[in-house]
Amino acid sequence: MALLNLEIVTPEKRAYSGSARMVVVPGAEGELGILPDHMPLMTQILPGEVQVTTESGEELYLAVGEGFVEVCPDRVSVLTDMAIEEVEIDEKAAEEAVARAERELRDQALGGEELATVQASLLKSLAQLKVKRRSRH
Amino acid sequence: MANLRDIRRRIKSVKNTAQITKAMQMVAAAKMRKAQQAALAGHPYSQVLDRVLVSLRDHVSEGAHPLLESRPVKKSLVLLVTTDKGLCGALNTNILREAATLDHESTVFVASGKKGASFLARTGRNMIADFALPDSPTFLQTKAISKFCLEKFLSGEVDSVSVLYPKFVNTLTQKPLLVPMLPISSEAAQGKGEHVEGGAQYLFEPDADGVLDAVLPYYFHFSVFQMILDARASEQSARMVAMKSATDNAKGLVKDLTLEYNKARQAAITTELLEITTAQMALA
Repeated sequence: MALLNLEIVTPEKRAYSGSARMVVVPGAEGELGILPDHMPLMTQILPGEVQVTTESGEELYLAVGEGFVEVCPDRVSVLTDMAIEEVEIDEKAAEEAVARAERELRDQALGGEELATVQASLLKSLAQLKVKRRSRH
Repeated sequence: MANLRDIRRRIKSVKNTAQITKAMQMVAAAKMRKAQQAALAGHPYSQVLDRVLVSLRDHVSEGAHPLLESRPVKKSLVLLVTTDKGLCGALNTNILREAATLDHESTVFVASGKKGASFLARTGRNMIADFALPDSPTFLQTKAISKFCLEKFLSGEVDSVSVLYPKFVNTLTQKPLLVPMLPISSEAAQGKGEHVEGGAQYLFEPDADGVLDAVLPYYFHFSVFQMILDARASEQSARMVAMKSATDNAKGLVKDLTLEYNKARQAAITTELLEITTAQMALA
């Protein structure tokens, strides 16, 4: 069976590297499932979760920030700000971050720049929570 | 001849200082390794980023992207990267000397690091922002800085953005370097890699220009991140070298002082013996 060579990199580290049967990424135009022999594609991704089906059929979830994905028939590279594996996510910290961001959005009349920053961090924290909570169901 | 007790006190204090500088040297050495590793950890990212830029090369339309557009430079922005703490040799002095040569009128500064910020405040330069960063900054933290600079450029407030930082050459040498970042030179925007003939023809979603729009800021954010990490490695290695020479100096000083102490002790004993002998002779 054909496999994908998946690489998830952030400026700080190589968050994941290995072979996978399937990868689902949060593309700018909607969720994007990638199987081996996909046609070469390059697109933007939004904060959300990446689902990886590993060689052994195990499913892994990672929370990612915004970035890009480069798809070749046998290789997928994900470039992103942040990539955190499910086990590393601190649910409490993420919840607090969400609460803080929501409070800031509600209470203060933020300027355009600050608003965008807070919204971006909110999305990232929400992505972490989404990944973490899924593991319990 | 100095007082014996004074010399002893000085030896003790110099030894204490040597202990501290020795400890700082070790800490700096460990931190330097960490900083260098952090800079190396970005390598896979830069490779993929480069691949994206190379593959975009043939697909983007000719119309200049706002980040590639070079305008006549009326105002330029300089991101001044210095350290927060001192005791790192001539590192900051060299950087600030370089900063002082920049034109007073047409340059606005963004400081990262307390030393740079206080220099700018002291010399009355035009400083528009001061960012504090921890010892090992994350990408998201430095992105806040680069994003600020990016927006100043896009809004037309400044016509060029450069970064002034201590480049890590090797453990002994750090060179202040002024790197022009924005507008992004078209060579940089095309990627460093060779184009693979008959390589993958990518499908771009939504389209090549849209992807380029999103990639270029990342190129900038990532470069700034790398430079700040490089500056951190420079800081730690400069501190390590400075502290090593301080420790060596202290050791030399202790040696000289001990010699002087022994001389004084010898002299005191001789005097005492002389006194005893004289007293005995007088009694006999």
